[in-house]
Amino acid sequence: MAHEHKLSIFRGAVTFKNNVQKIWGVLIFLSLITAVEVALGIIKPEFLVKTPLLGMRLLNWIFIGLTLVKAYYIAWDFMHLRDEKTGLRRSVVWTAVFLIAYLTTLLLIEGSYVYETYANGFIKWNF
Amino acid sequence: METAVANHQPAKVWGGGNEPLNASYGKMMMWFFILSDALTFSAFLVSYGFSRFKFIEIWPIADQVFTHVPFFHGNYPMYYVAFMTFVLIMSSVTMVLAVDAGHHLRKSKVALYMLLTIVGGAIFVGSQAWEWATFIKGEYGAVETKGGRILQFVDAETGHQIALHDFVSAAETERAQHLNKNGVWFVDEDALPSYTVADVQAGLAAHENVLVRTETINESGEKTILDRNASVEALAGGLHVVEGANLIRNEYGHRLFADFFFFITGFHGFHVFSGVVINVIIFFNVLLGTYEKRKHYEMVEKVGLYWHFVDLVWVFVFTFFYLV
Repeated sequence: MAHEHKLSIFRGAVTFKNNVQKIWGVLIFLSLITAVEVALGIIKPEFLVKTPLLGMRLLNWIFIGLTLVKAYYIAWDFMHLRDEKTGLRRSVVWTAVFLIAYLTTLLLIEGSYVYETYANGFIKWNF
Repeated sequence: METAVANHQPAKVWGGGNEPLNASYGKMMMWFFILSDALTFSAFLVSYGFSRFKFIEIWPIADQVFTHVPFFHGNYPMYYVAFMTFVLIMSSVTMVLAVDAGHHLRKSKVALYMLLTIVGGAIFVGSQAWEWATFIKGEYGAVETKGGRILQFVDAETGHQIALHDFVSAAETERAQHLNKNGVWFVDEDALPSYTVADVQAGLAAHENVLVRTETINESGEKTILDRNASVEALAGGLHVVEGANLIRNEYGHRLFADFFFFITGFHGFHVFSGVVINVIIFFNVLLGTYEKRKHYEMVEKVGLYWHFVDLVWVFVFTFFYLV
C-alpha cells in the first residue's frame, strides 16, 4: 500500500502530476482506441479488408493489436501492475501470454486443417 | 538478547506474515485467481476461434447480427456494444479512483466511487440482458435447410435483409402446438414458428423482389445473394422456419454461433454480476467503517483487481465477438 505510483506512461513520454490525473489520462486514451476500433468496424476500409496477412485480413490484425494495447493499459495502470515488483508482473503476464499463445496457435492451425478437409474432401456438408 | 533475536530470524520466515514480491497474501491469491480465470476465458475464446476457422467461409458477420439500439429503430451496427464497452471502462475508472481514495483513507470518497462503480456494473449487466433478449427474439427470421444451413431473405433492390412477415402470409393450418397436458407421457414440443416452410416458399414465389441470401462469404467479405431462380431452388430444400435463437438453431447463421454467444457473453455477464454483488458487499463495509478501523483499504484494492479483470476480459470478448 505504501508503494509509490509511477506516473509516466508511453515510456516516459507523458508524465502526470498525480495518480488521479493519470487515471483520467488513461481513460481518454482507452476511449480513443475504442472509438477508432468502432469506426474501423463500421467503415471497413476496403484496402484493409482485402489485404490478407498470415491467414487473416489486415483489419483483423489491427483490431487484435489495438485490443492488446488496451489490455496493456488496463493491466498496467488500472490493475497497478506498473507499480508492482518486476517478479510479480512477469509471473502473471508471461504465464498467461505463453499459455494463451500456445493454445491459440494449436487450435487455429487445427481449425484451418478441418476447414481444408471439408473444402477439399469428398464430403458434401454445405447444402 | 541481541543474539537471541538473530537466532529467531528463521522462525519468523516460517511463521507466516511474509509478503513475497511485496504483495500481501490476499492480493497474491487474487492474482492467482485472475490468472486461472484468464486461462478459462481464453479457452472459451480460442474454442470460438477454432470453430470459426473450421467454418470460416460461412460464419455470420457480427455487424449484420448486432444492429439494435434500445429505443431506436433501424440499423445501427456496433454502437450499442461500443456504449457497453465505454460503460465498463468508465466503471473501471471509478474503481481505480476508489482505490486511490482508499490509499488516502478518504472514506466518503471511497464510498461514492464504489457506488458509481456499482451503478456502471448494473447498467452493463442490464444492457447485456437486453442484448440477449433481442438476440433470442430475433428480427427477420430465416429458413434452415436439410444440411443445417440458414437462408435469409433480402430485398432485391436495396440488398437489405427483410423479415419473413414482410412477404409471407400464413396459410390456414390444422397443426397445433403439442402441449404436455395432451400427451400420455407428458412430452411437449417447442413453440411453433409463425409460418410453415410451405408458406415461405409460396411467399417467395409471389414476390419477385425477394432474393435468398446464403451463409457463404464471397471474396469481398459479403454474404452471397442468389439470383431469382437459384433462390427458389435453394428454398426448396428448406426444412425449418427459424425465428430468433436458441441453443439448437438460430436465424443468424451457423448453429455454433449462438451457442458461443450464449456461453461466452453469459460467462462474462455472470462475472460482472458477481463483481457487482462483491462490490455491494464492500460498499457496505466501507459505509460501516470496517476498513477505517483496519487503517487500510486493501480489500477495495482486491475487489478492484477483480473488477478490472472483468473489464479486461470484455475488451477481448468485444474484439473477437463483435469486431473481428
